[in-house]
Amino acid sequence: MLEMRKDIFADERADNLKEVGQPTQRQDMLGHVTGTSAYYDDHRFANLLHLKILRSPHAHARIRSIDDAAASRAPGVKRIIRAADVPVNLNTLLSLIQFGKDDEPSLATDVVRYKGEPILGVVATSERAAREALELVRISYDPLPAVFDVEEALKPGAVSVNPVYPKNTFEYHGKYDHQKLRFGAVEQAFAQADFVSEERYQMSPIEHAPTETNGSIAVPDTNGRFTVYTSTQALFFSLDTSAKINAMPSNQLHFIGGTVGGGFGGKVDTLTEPLAILAARLTGAPVRYRLSRHEEMQFGSPRGAERIYVKDGVMRDGRIVARQVRAYFDAGAYTRLSSYAVVKCVAHIPGPYTIPNVHADVFCVFTNRTPATAMRGFGVTALDFALECQMDKDAVAIGMDPLEFRLLNAYRDGDMKAHRREAKNCALIECAQVAAEKANWPLRDEFRKMSSKKDGGAERAGVADRTRMSTPAAPVRTGTSAPQRVTYERPAGSTSPPPIQSTPPATPPAGSTHGVRRFSSVFGTRRR
Amino acid sequence: MKTSIQFRLNDEEVATFADSGSNLLDVLREGIGDLSVKGGCWQGTCGTCTVLVDGMPRLSCVTLAESCEGKSIETVAGLRQGAKLHPLQTAFMERFAAQCGYCTPGMLMAAKALLDREPNPTRENVVDAICGNICRCTGYEPIIAAVLDAARAAPRRS
Ligand code: FES
Ligand code: FES
Repeated sequence: MLEMRKDIFADERADNLKEVGQPTQRQDMLGHVTGTSAYYDDHRFANLLHLKILRSPHAHARIRSIDDAAASRAPGVKRIIRAADVPVNLNTLLSLIQFGKDDEPSLATDVVRYKGEPILGVVATSERAAREALELVRISYDPLPAVFDVEEALKPGAVSVNPVYPKNTFEYHGKYDHQKLRFGAVEQAFAQADFVSEERYQMSPIEHAPTETNGSIAVPDTNGRFTVYTSTQALFFSLDTSAKINAMPSNQLHFIGGTVGGGFGGKVDTLTEPLAILAARLTGAPVRYRLSRHEEMQFGSPRGAERIYVKDGVMRDGRIVARQVRAYFDAGAYTRLSSYAVVKCVAHIPGPYTIPNVHADVFCVFTNRTPATAMRGFGVTALDFALECQMDKDAVAIGMDPLEFRLLNAYRDGDMKAHRREAKNCALIECAQVAAEKANWPLRDEFRKMSSKKDGGAERAGVADRTRMSTPAAPVRTGTSAPQRVTYERPAGSTSPPPIQSTPPATPPAGSTHGVRRFSSVFGTRRR
Repeated sequence: MKTSIQFRLNDEEVATFADSGSNLLDVLREGIGDLSVKGGCWQGTCGTCTVLVDGMPRLSCVTLAESCEGKSIETVAGLRQGAKLHPLQTAFMERFAAQCGYCTPGMLMAAKALLDREPNPTRENVVDAICGNICRCTGYEPIIAAVLDAARAAPRRS
């Protein structure tokens, strides 16, 4: 049962949070249990036409020729749609916030870059007629070598997937092939750590598999406007993307949605609306473009697969003194939202722990796989999986209780994060304490008494002077006299060696604002 | 070629014309206009389209409409009696057994088939009854709890 612990941080808020922890009925629940909630496909229109898409059977191939003559004469067919019919064929989703270059065609022109890529559309009087017409289209392909592995894709001479990013990496701020995080001096800290662990984590792509597949119905209105019923999770995002691709002012589009049959991130990509609108425009009739289950799995973007390498340097007393992360996000053939996932990932490194030396390189990599997108904490979830597995392994290696190991290293208010931001409103310690209590996980007294509000800051707020970042003089703080609040007493009977000789703590850098102002956000602008 | 199809839908006689070989899901939604039935895979794998045919749960997307000629079909549109919700509907609401709601019509019908033939189901009976219905949002525990609640709330039949 949900429980609100208002006693924790009670002094930090004025409201009484009376809704939290109390069940509140969903406003759409009655509609759900009576079958009257109207999803996009529960709207009926006379003379509805159906759009079906021909998709690439190859992961990478050059299109030599397309013959749609027989298909266009097939019964019920109203219109064939080719790439040349799409007003603005090349697009990238985040162009709406000026992030990234247009790299994905609505319909492929000369090359297909993943299995399932759309090539041509048939608009017909029934789904079946459209499907049967698709069978009559003749395309000849020259298959090209494909690359499916993120690290293979970065090797010299690798197959180039996407001509907009020929090196197979997304370009940040117009010039960087990956996102970096540099704080302190990891190499020096690894050299002085009692224990160094290194692991590789490989995720799989995950399909959201909403029970309702992606789809939309575009209906021509008077005055050249279109009403669009859609399953999108991002109504205005889809509206603007559709306006761009169709080169029409957004006030000609009226999007109706909000009742979505499951999304989980898989319905933010505007997969169907632009072509449904185009088809409605070209035929003057309402058009539905609904993904089959197979299309949802093959063409609907999954959560991207990440490969994550984590290297930790840990002292016998339980302090993590260095963490290095190298990660690769498999974007698939086109960017969609993976570039942003990488930004989120780097912003989350090194997890909710105060570590004086952090080093990360994270790449958004193009491969010939289905383009990836958002899914429930994308960029962060997989990283957390890797980091928390690593935390467990570290704890076992130094013979420490895994929860106490986390509490010891958790952010406290006032600590300096690797991003040169001060940690505020920290709550990991309190959450972990409550969880331990509920799970009857024994915590020793000094860990039960820990608080996010105590012992933060001071030397833990130290930050490497940005001008000296590349010099090895940045704080390493591996010595036992370094500012750790508690050290871990080894359990009785432990055979591990005693703590190592103390080394003098590095001098904290002068000044205190350092790199804060220089931290760039996703848009490349500077924050105050 | 169009063919005429006639059956009982939620205790009403209905009839329509459909392409020969049409599935029951399309006939219910497009022909008759019962939009309470949802499709999720159109290939018999997700359970979303579950309706009752003569009291038995059937996947309407892979049921030949013509095979239902003269039969009695129940969908969630006929579940409540006037203004009064069926105990399953009340229990689903109270147990928060739906989020997006898209699987709910199929879940409710699968559960109804169970309660109609087994008014005192065990947890295992419930799991068995809904094991062909995929829910991607809610998690199955609230749904199982709701079905068990509904069984307890329903007036006992002898
Ligand atoms: S739609 Fe019939 S089983 Fe999925
Ligand atoms: S409530 Fe969304 S699939 Fe069940």
